[in-house]
Amino acid sequence: MTTEAATIGLTHGGSEDTGLGHRGPESKSIVVPYGFWLFVLSDMILFSALFASYATLVHATDGGPTTNQLFDRNLVAIETVALLVSSFVCGLAMITAKRANMMWTQAWLVLTGLFGAVFLFIELYEFAKMIGEGAGPQRSAFLSAFFTLVGCHGAHVTAGLLWLGTMMAQIWSKGFKQHILRRLLCFSIFWHALDIIWVAIFTIVYLIGTLP
Amino acid sequence: MTEDEDTLLDVAPGSPHNNIMSEVVAYVIGLGLALGLTVVSFWVASTSVIWGPGVATGLVVLAIAQMGVHLVFFLHITSGPDNTNNVLALAFGVLIVFLVMVGTIWIMAHMNANMAPRPELMNLQMQH
Repeated sequence: MTTEAATIGLTHGGSEDTGLGHRGPESKSIVVPYGFWLFVLSDMILFSALFASYATLVHATDGGPTTNQLFDRNLVAIETVALLVSSFVCGLAMITAKRANMMWTQAWLVLTGLFGAVFLFIELYEFAKMIGEGAGPQRSAFLSAFFTLVGCHGAHVTAGLLWLGTMMAQIWSKGFKQHILRRLLCFSIFWHALDIIWVAIFTIVYLIGTLP
Repeated sequence: MTEDEDTLLDVAPGSPHNNIMSEVVAYVIGLGLALGLTVVSFWVASTSVIWGPGVATGLVVLAIAQMGVHLVFFLHITSGPDNTNNVLALAFGVLIVFLVMVGTIWIMAHMNANMAPRPELMNLQMQH
């Protein structure tokens, strides 16, 4: 406790009130993921702005293709299941990582990455198909908002996959040290949060957008 | 390790329980519930059994339920005393998300409805 208190410049001796309670500051294993949780929540606020602009512009199609003509529910269903399973497997990786089981942790993390890659490939296929049909982001305000919202989520998934690869390499070379496990916990929070945002996207953009 | 004692009073978001069975069971229940809600969402969107104008609202409710499932079973956000900080941060985040989305949609819909329908602006209007 004392070494960690010293690292952030706070000590708590005797009856001196530090404003941090009697136990002093929390340990890094709490503070670091909590700070990352705050980042994830601010990321969701960023997405809420993109959702708001999408909802505002969804009917501004400028005579171009509409939601009903563009979206394919079957593809979205596969994407949804892929990302959900990826999130689930990431949780299993956390369970084995906590018990320092190298083989299973790496195996679950590989699966997490594979399902994430399946999701990303389907999304890129959909984007390429739409742009090929002349329904690119420059076609109408609706499509600009669509590519910004869904593309921003896709960019997050891409960044998550790069982070995942980095974490696998770090676990492999450095082992299950405390700071590596903290980073892995932050990654899992990020990955689960992306799945939560995808729930909003597939409901608002794809399902409500393709109602008869 | 004093860290273990500390974790009794506060837990980080996403950090699992301490028993391997209960951890795995929590993730499996979460996966099952999330898959179930997803299937119901897709069914609600394609069926004609449900009153048409109510479908969109039902889908939003299902989505919020699924987000709750993800928060509880995957991110381990609970109502326990060790989770107070995480829940408070989440509540503030939800408040801001709600204000941004509802505020924008509300105001922009009204502004759009009041826009003068000049012919050259017709394409910018929200037309079905």
